[in-house]
Amino acid sequence: MNKILVCLKRVVDYNVRVRLKPDNTGIVTDGVKMSINPFDEIALEEALRIKESGKADEVITVTIGNEDTQQQIRTGLAMGADRAILVKADQVLDSLAVANIFLSVIKIEQPLLVILGKQAIDDDSNQTGQMLAALWDRPQATFASKVDLSSECVTVTREIDAGLQSIEIDLPAVITTDLRLNEPRYVKLPDIMKAKKKPLEIIDIDSFGNDLTPKIIPKNWSSPKSRSKGIMVDNVDDLIKALKDKDLVG
Amino acid sequence: MFKVLIIAEIDKNVLNTSTSKCVSCAMELGETEIDILIMSDDCSRAATAATNIESVNRVLTIEAKHNAEPLAAVLAPQILEVAKNYDYVFGPSTTFGKDLMPRVAALLNVGQVSDIMEVQSPRSFKRPIYAGNAILTVEVPEGLIVVATVRIASWKEAAKGGNANIQDLNINIDLPAHTRFISLNSEASERPDLQTAKKVISGGRGVGSAANFDLLYKLGTKMGAGVGASRAAVDAGYVPNDMQVGQTGKIIAPDLYVAFGISGAIQHLTGIKDAGTIVAINKDSEAPIFEIADIGLIGDLFEVIEELTQKL
Ligand SMILES: Cc1cc2nc3c(=O)[nH]c(=O)nc-3n(C[C@H](O)[C@H](O)[C@H](O)COP(=O)(O)OP(=O)(O)OC[C@H]3O[C@@H](n4cnc5c(N)ncnc54)[C@H](O)[C@@H]3O)c2cc1C
Ligand SMILES: Nc1ncnc2c1ncn2[C@@H]1O[C@H](COP(=O)(O)O)[C@@H](O)[C@H]1O
Repeated sequence: MNKILVCLKRVVDYNVRVRLKPDNTGIVTDGVKMSINPFDEIALEEALRIKESGKADEVITVTIGNEDTQQQIRTGLAMGADRAILVKADQVLDSLAVANIFLSVIKIEQPLLVILGKQAIDDDSNQTGQMLAALWDRPQATFASKVDLSSECVTVTREIDAGLQSIEIDLPAVITTDLRLNEPRYVKLPDIMKAKKKPLEIIDIDSFGNDLTPKIIPKNWSSPKSRSKGIMVDNVDDLIKALKDKDLVG
Repeated sequence: MFKVLIIAEIDKNVLNTSTSKCVSCAMELGETEIDILIMSDDCSRAATAATNIESVNRVLTIEAKHNAEPLAAVLAPQILEVAKNYDYVFGPSTTFGKDLMPRVAALLNVGQVSDIMEVQSPRSFKRPIYAGNAILTVEVPEGLIVVATVRIASWKEAAKGGNANIQDLNINIDLPAHTRFISLNSEASERPDLQTAKKVISGGRGVGSAANFDLLYKLGTKMGAGVGASRAAVDAGYVPNDMQVGQTGKIIAPDLYVAFGISGAIQHLTGIKDAGTIVAINKDSEAPIFEIADIGLIGDLFEVIEELTQKL
């Protein structure tokens, strides 16, 4: 059976203006809208399309986090995932620990493909997929904007600084998604009802016996430098004058 | 004395300036011995350029056909052989480094500090999170090799005038064949590179079409500016992906940034926060871009572009 594993992270919704806690120990998340990381929604959509094209049999989502993540996991099931795994963890984990847990899940599920987001929009780390591929000793195709699966390999178009790169990787493999890979479907009400009956397996993080000692330790949160207030000009001549005053145009 | 290895980024055998910015970041660590590693099928030109960067101790090269294209799965095991003897391994936070460095970190069984914007102490670093809306200081415990990407918009190029030696390395290990390069589709452009240009002008959804972007290219040429875009403009197919500026595109720090018809979503703003002067032209006086612009002009972008092209 060909399985696709999709990693779904719960994050602060991308529309929220994040605020620091007054004591600088993190970001305010109480009462803040939470969502599936946008890149992970794209990852799930891609997995579903591959399954719908007949090239895979089962789509499984994996989430590492606390009980609250069930809300996003149910959304994933409503989108169309067949089943979900929640690795229950209350502590803060670094990406290497997260990748090691995914590897443990891979050893059980033996998927053909693992799809992650290229980055989680909370920590903006952009590293979990690459670490997982290294630990698993399998190929990686990061920042994918097109995925073409055949029986033994995948051709992936990658968005890189120089343009679009195309590579071919053997299966099983790890792919991380970029924004232009697809547009995720909307969840319909009946699907939300159906999703309630889909299997959600909860595994305690300690049951894998992974070494979870943090290797990157978050210490302190602060606000970015704010820019000083600007001016408004009325017309192009004033704009050119303002730029000339700053020596920005000749 | 800390030993630092910097993984060079090379485009068509030319050393990318991101490498020199990594050197600047490494110099902040204190007493360092900095080596640069060049991997390519033809290293000579990039290696010579690297010897010229100040404070560089040695330039190491691994010249091989399999290094012709930067495939992370092929490069990482070779880097592992070299990196074991260093305290720090740095790469640029470009798509090259973002793809490669976490793979190196995992092989070394350490974490990765992404996007270093400031060195607080030899083991503690500032980095942006939440699209740059918060800054996190992270610490790497003693005894672990520090693998990191350097946020290039936060660092200036190191000075020239070095005279490092070049040393060719012979790495004899089995490399994976599971990852194969097919092609690179790069729209050749004579315009200044976005990540190094002193001036950048950008267009958003308001520009309306690919054809209309020609007006920006014309003004860009006149001003000697690079041309960028918002995600909406890329998604709509007006311009290729490599022009996208923002959280998930390029993070840039030109002296002058001019945004035409861009509303100013946080994901876009995070890509331009380090610009010297931000100018916004938008017909909507309520557009959030005016909140961070140094100079704002409410008006029709087409009229403004035409007038600027005439008068500059
Ligand atoms: C996970 C994630 C990552 C993202 N990453 C990025 C990123 O890296 N970069 C990025 O840019 N976006 C990114 N986005 C998208 C971002 O949220 C916005 O949707 C996008 O930046 C909007 O682009 P825009 O300003 O061109 O379009 P719009 O928001 O539609 O704004 C168009 C503007 O043009 C103005 N306008 C229209 N016609 C004219 C005219 N004739 N003259 C003057 N003004 C005119 C309008 O008033 C309006 O303000 C990301 C989103 C998500 C969810
Ligand atoms: N706790 C988590 N649960 C599920 N997926 C995760 C988790 N952390 C990271 N990921 C996946 O890894 C991707 C990259 O995250 P990051 O490396 O943190 O930017 C995300 O888009 C997710 O697909």
